[in-house]
Amino acid sequence: MVAKRIIPCLDVKDGQVVKGINFVGLKEVGDAVEMGRKYSAEGADELVYLDISASFEGRRTFVDLVGRIAAEINIPFTVGGGISSYEDAARLLDNGADKISVNSAAIAHPELMSQIARQYGSQFVVCAIDAKCIGGRWTATTHGGRNLTDKELFSWAKEAQERGAGEILFTSMDHDGTKAGYPCEVYAKLCESLSIPVIASGGAGTIDHIADVLTLGRADAALAASIFHYGEIPIPVLKQALRQKGISIR
Amino acid sequence: MIAIIDYGCGNLRSVENALDRLGCEYRLTADPAEIIAAKKVILPGVGSAAAAMDKLRESGLIPVVKGLRRPVLGICVGMQVLCRDSEEGPAECMGVFDAHVRRFPEDPQAKVPHMGWNQLGNLDGKLFKGMEGGAYVYFVHSYYAGLCNDTVATCRHGNTLFSAALRYENFYGTQFHPEKSGDVGEQILKNFLAL
Repeated sequence: MVAKRIIPCLDVKDGQVVKGINFVGLKEVGDAVEMGRKYSAEGADELVYLDISASFEGRRTFVDLVGRIAAEINIPFTVGGGISSYEDAARLLDNGADKISVNSAAIAHPELMSQIARQYGSQFVVCAIDAKCIGGRWTATTHGGRNLTDKELFSWAKEAQERGAGEILFTSMDHDGTKAGYPCEVYAKLCESLSIPVIASGGAGTIDHIADVLTLGRADAALAASIFHYGEIPIPVLKQALRQKGISIR
Repeated sequence: MIAIIDYGCGNLRSVENALDRLGCEYRLTADPAEIIAAKKVILPGVGSAAAAMDKLRESGLIPVVKGLRRPVLGICVGMQVLCRDSEEGPAECMGVFDAHVRRFPEDPQAKVPHMGWNQLGNLDGKLFKGMEGGAYVYFVHSYYAGLCNDTVATCRHGNTLFSAALRYENFYGTQFHPEKSGDVGEQILKNFLAL
């Protein structure tokens, strides 16, 4: 049986991992390769690196970084953030990324996913969807939830699958950052409607939340950032607890 | 010297990186003389078995690969093209391993592609030296080689028990990606390089 995956997500700015803002208002940073290696040693099943650089220089640094990560890390990793064209995606994949994740660009140009999938294969394409529930309709958003789109979560995920996405990474913007748990019923419905794996992201505060989304929510993987970065839930502790609950874990 | 066969079939970068991490020397090559002279040969492959067979045929490498007497490791589609045939295409393959390659059945409990970490069972032979059954390795594939006389490791996806690794004489093949399978994968590559 395929193990459920635990995936730490690292935000990268100008080549450094940004861990958010600490209590004195300073950004904490870490070396992207070192942090990846540490998570890999702790049992992470995959890594996701998101480029949050705004500058051209920052983006170029990220491409170099992807090459270094690929050279040093011996588990699969996905990269995303700021991929707006086929050329952007190809550059990252050719530098050794195992998958690329597209979000706003896929909404603006859905054929982008087909183009990448045709050239590299579906397993290289992750479609990230940030959605929030508005009047009972799960609406896809861009720009961290600020911009609403005309796409509805379930039909958009289905379309992404048909266009060649190999995985869906769904974040509920209503739950992201709350640490109050995932909307498991929404995940379960999404997983049932798709034949490709679904990664749950945003909302985890406890081990039970993650266990719930992998069982009740039927998600194939759980992605989180801060609970791992700040050592709130160390990966070995999490994986041991999930195993004890009978969940298939590497 | 280790030869990684470069026949225009996808990204060889992850295999190169894995060999770099192990500190061994290799060459990317499609030159028959170089491939024949190599101490070990790795045959990678992504995409479809039919496309990979076409590329091998165009490069004139099929008789070269089939005639190799030193250890050969086919990875993923590189393993599938060493089988008898594949439903993907369909394609006649090289027929080194006595296995047919089929598509996983539709099954809501076992999504296709089979992607992620899964456990090896029934380990047999030097490729798995120092390892125990139950070890996890990383898979990404929609087609699988069935069980056969050449099976040296198994894996289960849904109700399908398939060949995770094959061996016939000096030919080895893994359906999983040792170059992406953490420490376990690294051990398997080391075992292959030590043959």
